[in-house]
Amino acid sequence: MFEPVLLRNVDVPDGHLLSTYEAGGGYRALRKALGEYTPDEIVELVKESNLRGRGGAGFPTGMKWSFVPKAAGKPKYLCCNADEGEPGTFKDRIIMERDPHQLIEGLAVSAYAIGAETAYVYIRGEYVTAIRRMEQAIAEAHENGYLGIGILGSDFNFMVHIHRGAGAYICGEETAMLESLEGKRAQPRLKPPFPAVAGLYASPTVINNVETLACVPHIVTRGSAWFRGIGPDRSPGPKLYCLSGQVRKPGLYELPMGISLRELVEEHAGGPLPGRKVKAVIPGGVSAPVIPEGELEVSMDFDSLTAAGSMLGSAGVVVIDDSTCMVKLATRIIEFFHHESCGKCTPCREGLDWTVKVLRRIEAGEGETGDLEQLEMLCKGIFGNTFCALGDGAAMGLRAALKHFREEFVAHIEERRCPFH
Amino acid sequence: MTMREEIEAAAARYPDRRSAIMPALMIAQKEHGHLPGPVLEEVAQILGVERVWVYELATFYTLFHTEPIGRFHLQLCDNVSCMLCGSEALLTHLETTLGIRKGETTPDGAFTLSTVECLGACEMAPVMQVGDDYHGNLDAAGLDALLESFRAAERVTSVERAAAAPGE
Repeated sequence: MFEPVLLRNVDVPDGHLLSTYEAGGGYRALRKALGEYTPDEIVELVKESNLRGRGGAGFPTGMKWSFVPKAAGKPKYLCCNADEGEPGTFKDRIIMERDPHQLIEGLAVSAYAIGAETAYVYIRGEYVTAIRRMEQAIAEAHENGYLGIGILGSDFNFMVHIHRGAGAYICGEETAMLESLEGKRAQPRLKPPFPAVAGLYASPTVINNVETLACVPHIVTRGSAWFRGIGPDRSPGPKLYCLSGQVRKPGLYELPMGISLRELVEEHAGGPLPGRKVKAVIPGGVSAPVIPEGELEVSMDFDSLTAAGSMLGSAGVVVIDDSTCMVKLATRIIEFFHHESCGKCTPCREGLDWTVKVLRRIEAGEGETGDLEQLEMLCKGIFGNTFCALGDGAAMGLRAALKHFREEFVAHIEERRCPFH
Repeated sequence: MTMREEIEAAAARYPDRRSAIMPALMIAQKEHGHLPGPVLEEVAQILGVERVWVYELATFYTLFHTEPIGRFHLQLCDNVSCMLCGSEALLTHLETTLGIRKGETTPDGAFTLSTVECLGACEMAPVMQVGDDYHGNLDAAGLDALLESFRAAERVTSVERAAAAPGE
């Protein structure tokens, strides 16, 4: 039986208070890091753990940290991406609402490792409870010497600020988030330079996801070998899976990385609703291509899902049953990307507008011969031709729907109606 | 704290005052209900930043409202997880009950009805945000109870207003 690590406090009464966090061993990792390790040794420890970013891209965290230049001069910044806008994802909200000190400790240890004295936590504007809990926790940590000047008697100074977002999915893209933090419209930057060299205010900046940072104190306390021992060696660790959609027991589950998607859906989340059958599952938020029921044996880790033509993404697992029209689902997903396109680059802005129009007419029973080829042509025009991954996510998702559920699209066009209505 | 003091406190968190435009707009919107031109001018003036910088943020981010909205802003999620759990029927129910379409405000200014993208609470789909609060696992009966609680809160507020200003 896997024992939860990241979620061990979330169901504890008053789990958001410092006293609860300390009673469960909280801030021991920070004390250990400051007392027993140099910053470089923390970076090495995280490298050895094979921790990979939980925001979606799966980039090795320790390697990302090691790109920060050693030379002093400009201040260095740590930014926490808590914008959590990927549809189907709610893990970071629950950590911040119910165990905010776990994130603050992760921020402090990570900032020590990269030499940052300031962190900004970019929290999406809708998460009012999470913002209040984080502000309260920062104040408590400050009063008790876990943040501020000379933390725990060391010469390490560190402060955390909250930056409240205002409704823009694109802020999940790290350079768009930096633009937003600088008080600009959230539009992605051209890379290079990468944020590790020139990020926030053109200073060296590391951007990590909430769950990634929450893993760090446990790696310090329990060691890198412990972390690597959970799940696949190249993609290890405890993992938060967000289960939603047409499933009996939606909720947040912490299980080892690499569990099979079928086990996750059928055993842990209780399988489909009474009288229904699972038709497909989106494994990592709506940017991740849909997986048909017959392929659910796939292992939930970065490499296995990429090999299967999808991605782990944010691990927002959305279950779709046999009552759902896949054309309607694809239309709703592309409408979302169209709405959230920042407008900076043409393939995404214009391509998605066109794609939505074609999908809506197919769903309305007004599709024309050649529309499916038109959609494929549009995906080709968007994929790989945009500034950031938003357009890629849209194109990959639509391609998968067309590949696995082509007969539903064809039926809409031939019957001139939605067969599900 | 006055609005100016709150904005100055926010600006102190950043090395560049331009970064404080977003928090300043949040503070101003809380104070005024929405962000008409003169309020945007005031924010620009307090921070000492270009007016266009303030305008572009107020019109880019969806949580900022340059037009008046209802006292209760009903924001129903219609993204994938909520759609799979029946948000479409809930939208129809709200439109019928309130007599308005999505994007509109009731004539008494009480309710504005919007659909929004994923609120990040899919474990309790279908979800609606009203003000600062999330309401999950909704059905038609749950929505009716929620609307009634908002109307009751409105009645209390209007009685308090009348009591506080008996001469008016």
